[in-house]
Amino acid sequence: MNKLNTYRSGPDEAGHFGIFGGRFVAETLMPLILEVEKAYDAAKNDPTFWEDFNYQMKHYVGRPSPLYFAERLTEHFGGAKIYFKRDELNHTGAHKINNTIGQILLARRMGKTRIIAETGAGQHGVATATVCALFGLPCVVYMGKTDIERQAPNVFRMRLLGAEIVPVTAGTGTLKDAMNEALRDWVSNVEDTFYIIGTVAGPHPYPAMVRDFQTVIGNEVREQMMEAEGRSPDSLVACIGGGSNAMGLFHPFLDDEDVRIIGVEAAGHGIETGEHCASLNGGKPGVLHGNRTYLLQTEDGQILDGHSISAGLDYPGIGPEHSWLFDNGRVEYVSVTDTEALDAFQLCTKMEGIIPALEPSHALAHVAKIAGDLPKDHLLVMNLCGRGDKDIFAVARLLGVEVME
Amino acid sequence: MSNSADSRIQRRFEALKSEGRGGLVTFVTAGDPDPDTSRDILFGLPGAGADIIELGMPFSDPMADGPAIQAGSLRALKSGMTLKKTLALVAEFRERDQDTPVVLMGYYNPIYIHGPEAFCADAKAAGVDGLIIVDLPPEEVDELWIPANAAGIDFIFLTAPTSDDARLPVIVKRASGFVYYVSITGITGTRSADPADVEDAVARLRRHTDLPIGVGFGIKTPDQARGIASVADAAVVGSALVDIIAGNLDDDGKAGPGLADAVLSLVSDLADGVRKSGEKVA
Repeated sequence: MNKLNTYRSGPDEAGHFGIFGGRFVAETLMPLILEVEKAYDAAKNDPTFWEDFNYQMKHYVGRPSPLYFAERLTEHFGGAKIYFKRDELNHTGAHKINNTIGQILLARRMGKTRIIAETGAGQHGVATATVCALFGLPCVVYMGKTDIERQAPNVFRMRLLGAEIVPVTAGTGTLKDAMNEALRDWVSNVEDTFYIIGTVAGPHPYPAMVRDFQTVIGNEVREQMMEAEGRSPDSLVACIGGGSNAMGLFHPFLDDEDVRIIGVEAAGHGIETGEHCASLNGGKPGVLHGNRTYLLQTEDGQILDGHSISAGLDYPGIGPEHSWLFDNGRVEYVSVTDTEALDAFQLCTKMEGIIPALEPSHALAHVAKIAGDLPKDHLLVMNLCGRGDKDIFAVARLLGVEVME
Repeated sequence: MSNSADSRIQRRFEALKSEGRGGLVTFVTAGDPDPDTSRDILFGLPGAGADIIELGMPFSDPMADGPAIQAGSLRALKSGMTLKKTLALVAEFRERDQDTPVVLMGYYNPIYIHGPEAFCADAKAAGVDGLIIVDLPPEEVDELWIPANAAGIDFIFLTAPTSDDARLPVIVKRASGFVYYVSITGITGTRSADPADVEDAVARLRRHTDLPIGVGFGIKTPDQARGIASVADAAVVGSALVDIIAGNLDDDGKAGPGLADAVLSLVSDLADGVRKSGEKVA
């Protein structure tokens, strides 16, 4: 790999990370994107914006989330010291809220009075509905019809929070179609509406903006590890769907040469079966949803639906900055199957008394593969980016257990 | 920029001008609902009165289009349509018709996967005259615009009610053939624009470009087509035709008898509409 002086300077002014990213949107959307970019540039350089953000992070979200030494799993694997970044302890149970707080503060600065969002598993939808309730703004969440059936508890949560859920039947009725539909809403309601995108993907400035809000994760880890061990971690591991929790952990460390960084994609039934969500390891570069990035697609350039046990990783694309870090080799990207993730889910629950979401269970499954071979003084941080309460019914079904839903 | 003097699109607009009327641009998706029916529709369009043919390249995720056109795209893909087959269909059409301009409309990903340079060469060879690529705004267009320009294919850009006077020059700078005005803030096949608003918008556009202006989104009836064609150089009709396709499918989603004729019959009515655009309306 050609080593760069810095891996943290992207994107360029046009929103490109190398060949990835950009603003591949219809002209009808372009003025909106440019308006968000301008507003975010101003907010980013305004200390009062970050004061508001930090206030909400501390008092509403409950940050900083702990950096927890997983002693029993460390003993079990018999190698590296395993630390969990406990973002599952955030309000609403995942890292998603870091981003929705940031974006709704921006929407308020811009004077927008209506919020829309897309959601797959429902975690981003819940996090968006939550901040809309907090600030008293109407919220419309687009969700694929298939996902609504799979994620009934989150649908009810969002409704309790006052959000309107719009079932999306167009296309294949999954996350990518929900995103298409949210974009259509935005084009049709240009004056009053702000679109809160849930991950580090979409047209510029979203990938950079969502990353900036999520780097609170990595910045805390740096401080907390210094306090716990007096030095930086040796490796970082996080799961990747769109990649926002991973980017939040990774980005502050990209220029720390000695830190090994590993992103874990969902291999579903196995990449060789074609039923997976590993955009980097099993896809190729293309253009969708406003950015160029690795995508699951046919030889004709038609987008494919992904498969994963975890609805939160079930997206045929990935954030463009990850695509860039994959191509330049700074970050290693591996994949883990449904079965491996399910095993890790159970292991973590039994050995640490923490029920992880199926998404970070993928990260843990990879930790399980490498930890034993690493020296005992190796400091490994895994982002435990969500709690698993939402997944227990799905897991019960997979394990053949009947649970009253 | 590349307004090549002998462009089929330019010749067609010059002819319309001398007839003293606005033109009719019809949109259907290649391969919708199946390759044979789609071919029947395409081959019948010039006879039914379409002045310019806009042919959709099917894409799985047409995010700027409404449900009708997305459903049409998915029908085409399901029936086995691909980008290569779309180009082959144009080539077949071109053998029979040397005069009617064909503009391919779609999204960038299938072209990117095909390779932009190879695509432009193949499209030119097939007899394609212009491109409308929805998700390539001026900021991202160079990688396709440069080879298209070199191949002599017109590049038609979308402008919208939200494109302000600062933005329009950026867009029309690279435009050739005609400029497409999206008359509503929204997606295809939903609301219809107020003709008075369209007239103002067209006047504003004309301050920025000498190219002909086609107006689309929300035009469904011959009367609307007449109204638009009297203030712009052409009216673009898409969803209304796709709706006819959808309305003539049997329970299995297959083309019912007379589907192509039903589409072409609406095209004839629309063509009558735009032909009245030259007449003075009291």
